[in-house]
Amino acid sequence: MSPVVKIQDLHKIYESGEVPVHAVRGVSLEIQRGEFIALMGASGSGKSTLMNMLGCLDRPTRGTYELDGINIDDLDRNELADLRNQKLGFVFQGFNLLARTTALENVELPMLYGRHRKFSMDKIRERAMHCLEIVGLANRFDHFPNQLSGGQQQRVAIARGLVNEPQVLLADEPTGNLDSKTSVEVMGVFQKLNDQGITIVMVTHELDIAKYCRRNLILRDGVVVRDELVADGTIAEEEMQRIKAAEAAAKLTLQAKSEA
Amino acid sequence: MHFANTLRVALRALRRNTLRSLLTALGMIIGVAAVITMVSIGSGAKAQVEAQVASLGQNLITVMPGSFSSGGMRGGFGSSVSLTPEDADAIAAEVANIDGLSAEVRDRNQVLANGLNWNTNVNGVGPDYPYVRNWPMESGAMFTEQDVKSLGKVCVIGKTVADQMFPNEDPVGQTLRIRNLPFRILGVLSPKGFSIFGSDEDDVVLIPYTSHMRRVSRRTSISMIRIQAADADKVAQVKQSVEDLLTQRRRGREPDFTVRTQEELASAATATAKTMTGLLAGIAGVSLIVGGIGIMNIMLVSVTERTREIGIRLAIGAHGRDVLTQFLIEAILLSSLGGLVGVAVGVGGSQALSSYNGWPVLVPTTWIFISVAGSALVGIISGFYPAYKAAQLDPIDALRYE
Ligand SMILES: Nc1ncnc2c1ncn2[C@@H]1O[C@H](COP(=O)(O)OP(=O)(O)O)[C@@H](O)[C@H]1O
Ligand SMILES: [Mg+2]
Repeated sequence: MSPVVKIQDLHKIYESGEVPVHAVRGVSLEIQRGEFIALMGASGSGKSTLMNMLGCLDRPTRGTYELDGINIDDLDRNELADLRNQKLGFVFQGFNLLARTTALENVELPMLYGRHRKFSMDKIRERAMHCLEIVGLANRFDHFPNQLSGGQQQRVAIARGLVNEPQVLLADEPTGNLDSKTSVEVMGVFQKLNDQGITIVMVTHELDIAKYCRRNLILRDGVVVRDELVADGTIAEEEMQRIKAAEAAAKLTLQAKSEA
Repeated sequence: MHFANTLRVALRALRRNTLRSLLTALGMIIGVAAVITMVSIGSGAKAQVEAQVASLGQNLITVMPGSFSSGGMRGGFGSSVSLTPEDADAIAAEVANIDGLSAEVRDRNQVLANGLNWNTNVNGVGPDYPYVRNWPMESGAMFTEQDVKSLGKVCVIGKTVADQMFPNEDPVGQTLRIRNLPFRILGVLSPKGFSIFGSDEDDVVLIPYTSHMRRVSRRTSISMIRIQAADADKVAQVKQSVEDLLTQRRRGREPDFTVRTQEELASAATATAKTMTGLLAGIAGVSLIVGGIGIMNIMLVSVTERTREIGIRLAIGAHGRDVLTQFLIEAILLSSLGGLVGVAVGVGGSQALSSYNGWPVLVPTTWIFISVAGSALVGIISGFYPAYKAAQLDPIDALRYE
């Protein structure tokens, strides 16, 4: 099968500042369907820049990018928007949900755009609800973002990323604003989705988060310096059980202490 | 994206900021309500003036002493500013297509009856007067040509005078003393209300103009002549004939009279009302513009504040045009909903004014359409620039915006 993402010798040079910044310096990469990739690297190594290009939000200065067989170089602004709408799902570090808008309406958002789908409002609602179910938040559909925890907000964002059945789900530091327990929760959702065959590319600078993925790419100064499969990956469900057990134990000791 | 979706998105965005949306719309509400109220008051006043002009009579032509033709009233020593009963007789005798005519002498006098006294308008008129003024008798009858010829001491009285002097009895047949002369009351006029100038038309005693000139006021000239033309399309011709006749009777002296038709009177009277309406509507229109600027301001703030939202929308597939339409529709919704509420408030307000102050108000339907369409237009104009700005944003920059 052809790779869903195929980039060749991709470069990005930011010319906006006083000195041009060569943020990505020749990355070539193929991503197959069903992969679960962590893009790692130190801060400033070009992870976000690469992700923005993968997400068709930004154009490369040089190099080619084919998404699902389509060369994005040939597309204009609106065609890129349609491509993002249909083939990509986005999860951002800061969740980026619309404030004062219910979880359900946030998830509906991608279905309100795009040229080719013209669903009825009922259908839109039903699909959004289904995606909330996938991330385990169906019962919170009418909650506003400020009524949800960080992990729940990120799960709503994931549901929004899924709702148009994308070819690739892109996540830039999805656990960056979360504590370790909710990070595990979110990684669990990703693992479940990946098990169902969804291709996921995420950025992280945390090694233990990268362990939840199947393939790790390490970026340094805009080039891929390592590309390896994860040997002994962490399984979120097991990790969650461990955390819960630890919590229970902590509670017990706390109780014992207070009784003593 | 469908239009329905854009509408939904815009409505959701407005609902998210209900208070702000309401405050923004308030500008429009006040503007439109002001326009509607002002125009209603203005057209009410105009309608009232028109009704009053109509109440003067039908196809009416008035002749007044003094010339208004060359810069105000002329007159003074040497120039005899006068209109005489003979002028009236000549018109009655020589001008065709006249249905009725009445000379008129105006004065104010103290009248006595029943041990009561009352200061009122004592006007000398001819027997045609009630007919010319379209002013029927309520009881009794008008005096006749015979009474005019014989300088009869007879009168008819207006409703106000009747109520004041004879609160508990029928005035017809009673005697009224004017300048200590007894005048027999032949009839009572039906109520007419207020004139264009705000005076009570019913506060009047009518006596034969001859009696007035000889017995009461001792004047030699009359105050005016009222003529009723036979037909609406004869008015201009009658006016011309009257002017010709009077000019001829003055034998080359400068004209010392003015002939006016009812239409001329009406247009002069309504011109003021029109100017007032225009002025009021103009002031109200300014508040509409202020409302528009308010919307533009809020939309600009909104675009800046919602940069991230715009970034999210663009990232997940909104076209620039979708964002443009969304913000434009938000602005139009704000302004036209504001406009609709403003119409309701304006209509309600003018009704309230009318029932509270007794002002005559008239809500013109065309202005309702004009203000709703106008407020939508204000929305388009004031929303376009902010919407355009939003549509031009770059998704990455917008997402990164703090
Ligand atoms: N819009 C921009 N204009 C100029 N320089 C930028 C811009 N975005 C990122 N950079 C620079 O590009 C480099 C890579 O940044 P980034 O891709 O954000 O790294 P990472 O996400 O790995 O921290 C950094 O040196 C950063 O300063
Ligand atoms: Mg980054």
